[in-house]
Amino acid sequence: MSRFVTAAELGLLGCHRCGHVLKRPGQGALGHCDRCGATLHRRKPQSLERCWALLIAAMILYVPANTMTMMRTTNLLNSTDDTIISGVIYLWVQGSWELAAIVFIASVMVPISKFIALLTLLITVRRGSDWDRPGRTRLYRIIEKIGHWSMLDVFVVALLVALVHFDVFGRVEAGGGAVAFGAVVVLTMLASMSFDPRLIWDPPARHD
Amino acid sequence: MSVDRWVVCEQCDAVYTRRKLQPGEVADCARCGHHLYRRHRFDVEILLALTLATAVVFVLANVYPIVTIDAQGSRNAATVWGAVIATWESGVGFVAFLSAMLVFFFPLAQIVLFSYVLLALHRGARPREFRQAMKALALMQPWSMAEVFMLGILVAVVKLAGMMEVIPGIGLWSFAMLTLLLAALTSYDLQDIWDIAERLDDREAPAAGSTGERA
Repeated sequence: MSRFVTAAELGLLGCHRCGHVLKRPGQGALGHCDRCGATLHRRKPQSLERCWALLIAAMILYVPANTMTMMRTTNLLNSTDDTIISGVIYLWVQGSWELAAIVFIASVMVPISKFIALLTLLITVRRGSDWDRPGRTRLYRIIEKIGHWSMLDVFVVALLVALVHFDVFGRVEAGGGAVAFGAVVVLTMLASMSFDPRLIWDPPARHD
Repeated sequence: MSVDRWVVCEQCDAVYTRRKLQPGEVADCARCGHHLYRRHRFDVEILLALTLATAVVFVLANVYPIVTIDAQGSRNAATVWGAVIATWESGVGFVAFLSAMLVFFFPLAQIVLFSYVLLALHRGARPREFRQAMKALALMQPWSMAEVFMLGILVAVVKLAGMMEVIPGIGLWSFAMLTLLLAALTSYDLQDIWDIAERLDDREAPAAGSTGERA
């Protein structure tokens, strides 16, 4: 692969918010972007530490998100507690396997892939690995793009709670699982936002 | 200040010289594949029209019920705010908060701020609070989730269809339109809007621009 010149080498800095290119004033505090006013950083501040912290919190919360009740359906005769997985199974049994697949992908595959992808990125960056940098950057772009779709099940529960509240035919209530799951999605989004993909490309000496 | 001669890849830090693109063309980073910059097919006027259309559809999507369900004569209808209030009363305030912010306030704020910025640019000047508006738009972009809610509506409808009659409302079609329009609106890179604003400044002060064009 041919050699690319980086902004760091040229003493340039691209503003993370508006893309404006600034001439970097040496070491120390960089001040603000003269176009949009954003506080400038060479790399996202404490990128790896923040990403680790948010990712670990998300992984811990993923356990109650899956084991606690997502929603409770009650009618005169009985009451059923659904978790994410039992909700997927319900859709499957009902015959709408396409939607079962969509919910399974959004609520199970996306968060787990995101955990694995972020762990891979964090570990390879920490080790200064030069393994497939374009591929790892692409991996980062993919998790940035798909992460918010995991909020799907939280919205489904919110809608069902709003719709199903009858005296006789029963009602749907949201459980702690929905809260935990919503928090997992927010935390994984914050984790991937705090990761700086430029660290994948930086020479190993730069970080820590 | 003119539009930058350089462009820096925000994902791998590679530096390129900027080239003028054809409408619809995208410049990708040759090193990591990230979209560096693009020239959108839409100009400010089309974007402004889209924004105003989005505003109208947003109102319809939130005023009319999205779906109504009928269980042997008892009926219930839901709107986005209905879902927010119901989850709040159901004791899961965080779910209510998420729904309110991600599906109502952020899309609404995006529409208002886009209108504010684009109306001024259309008239040929930056609005007074341009920086603040652009900052807020950039921060909100990843958290605006109307399209996810739209898919959620479909899943909820299918879940209920087996048990009771589900009647789609005007709100459902409006919400579908809202999803498409917001997607078109946010496909516009905020960095492009910065570049448009810079070009406006250049047109206003050509003399100042030509002397400072050395770097």
